[in-house]
Amino acid sequence: MPRTLSSRRTTHRLAADAGLLAVAAAFVLPLAWVILSSVDTNANLQVKLPDGVTPDNFDAVLTPDITFTPLLNSLLLCGGGTALTVACAALAAYPLSRFRSRFNRPFLLTILFATSLPITAIMVPVYALFVQVNLIDTMQGTIFFFAASQLPFAIWLMKNFMDGVPKELEEAAWTDGASALQSLVRVVLPLMGPGVAVVTVFSFVMMWGNFFVPFMLLLTPDQMPAAVSINEFFGNRGTVVYGQLAAFSIIYSTPVILLYVLVARRLGGGFALGGAVKG
Amino acid sequence: MTRARSLSRSLTRALPVAPAVVLLLLFLAGPIAYCAYIAFTDLQLTGQAEDSFVGFDNFRTAFGDEAFLNAVWLTLVFTVISALLGQNTLGLGLAMLMQRASKPVRTLTGAVVITAWVLPEVVAGFLLYAFFRREGTLNAILDWLRLPTQNWLFTLPILAVSFANVWRGTAFSMLVYSAALNEIPKEITEAAEVDGAGGWRRMWHITLPMIRRSIGTNLMLITLQTLSVFGLIWVMTRGGPGGKSQTLPLFMYEEAFQKSMIGYGTAVALLLLVVGSLFSVFYLRLLRTEV
Repeated sequence: MPRTLSSRRTTHRLAADAGLLAVAAAFVLPLAWVILSSVDTNANLQVKLPDGVTPDNFDAVLTPDITFTPLLNSLLLCGGGTALTVACAALAAYPLSRFRSRFNRPFLLTILFATSLPITAIMVPVYALFVQVNLIDTMQGTIFFFAASQLPFAIWLMKNFMDGVPKELEEAAWTDGASALQSLVRVVLPLMGPGVAVVTVFSFVMMWGNFFVPFMLLLTPDQMPAAVSINEFFGNRGTVVYGQLAAFSIIYSTPVILLYVLVARRLGGGFALGGAVKG
Repeated sequence: MTRARSLSRSLTRALPVAPAVVLLLLFLAGPIAYCAYIAFTDLQLTGQAEDSFVGFDNFRTAFGDEAFLNAVWLTLVFTVISALLGQNTLGLGLAMLMQRASKPVRTLTGAVVITAWVLPEVVAGFLLYAFFRREGTLNAILDWLRLPTQNWLFTLPILAVSFANVWRGTAFSMLVYSAALNEIPKEITEAAEVDGAGGWRRMWHITLPMIRRSIGTNLMLITLQTLSVFGLIWVMTRGGPGGKSQTLPLFMYEEAFQKSMIGYGTAVALLLLVVGSLFSVFYLRLLRTEV
């Protein structure tokens, strides 16, 4: 008897489920390690059930030296960098989205080109340049570079979101005597709230996780963000306490995971960046 | 309206772009130009008062340097295994399975794969360092299956870091492909199904041609991302042992800082930047109708 379409669909669904679960199981192993080890009194490098569940690892790393100072540094760097990126991107996107000009196309093409440049490649010259202009080992220098490296993508995204806001509402504001800046701040940006949120969260997440930039540009241990200070677990503290390393990894990763979930939810579970990068 | 007035209006309108342009010129275009300059000098970190112009010496040195050629080869291996084969095909496979799977399984798998992607680079590095270490999870599983174990980070470091990058990067391709597949009208695939086209034929003749632009975009972007991976490899192997996982960004770092040859390191950086720019131009051509 030939199988019906619907029974074939059920078989397909089960096969797809099995395939996905197999991949998920492979992907989850490293994640399981960090979670189980963080509460294990006796953590090693394998995924295993804890010998005894304990908050000791978290207690041990929740000190100013290990956790609070690096996280505060991360917050200053990424918060500063993100604020600068979002402000500059919103301003720059406005004329690009609202006014026709023959400079728009070349400018946007340059921006798109810069979006895909491998920033890693220029870290050595950036270091050399920062030494010359005395910006090396300064928070503000690192913030400026973070902002600049994130700006092309932020402008691109922001412009695309801004194109989605109808022009009529703004024209009404103009008739009432609002300046371009006022209509941007009072009318356009509030209407593209989710778009601004995506740009903000994306910039912040990228900076929070970036290792190479602060690793190159900051030298003083007191200024190190968590991305770099995590290395300390391997370097100067003698034998690695894996439980503490795992606990710190979780503390350091939580903010970006929460932010991602927040934005993904707000946009209906969809992937907003997918729209920005799809061909 | 006079010419002068129209010019002044254009300038006023362009004013908001100024802060972004200044930042980009000072901190992005500036370093790139400086990069193009010091790649032709013998600038060093220590023990040298003045750097001097050495023309193409750094590049000549590079192409005669076995360590450099090794890094080029490893970068190629790393990119092919982790981006083209790993992230791209696994991402596409996951996106296709998700079209058919039940909702809870789809949500669960998506959450796990995306978490791996959202994690900070260094944390991902540590998790996979633990996974591939001699006393790590992979060997424990192999041992349990009675398969031979080995010290992966020592014997096959480039493979270990490539798999690590697949683990970290697959979500991106998965999301790009999911978005693309969702835009294919259901009627088309259903019509083909009713006409009796099997799964493989449907994929080959309908699905893949319809998402070919997304395939191009995805390949371009993940190649560029993979070319510039530093932290993940640095945390897992530091490029070792003996340069066996030293891709170009790590080679560049070592020459510039551990050996203090900034000029030489920058020449390598410039080559990387040129390769990246070529990919970037291809990417623009792919998107050219969009801007």
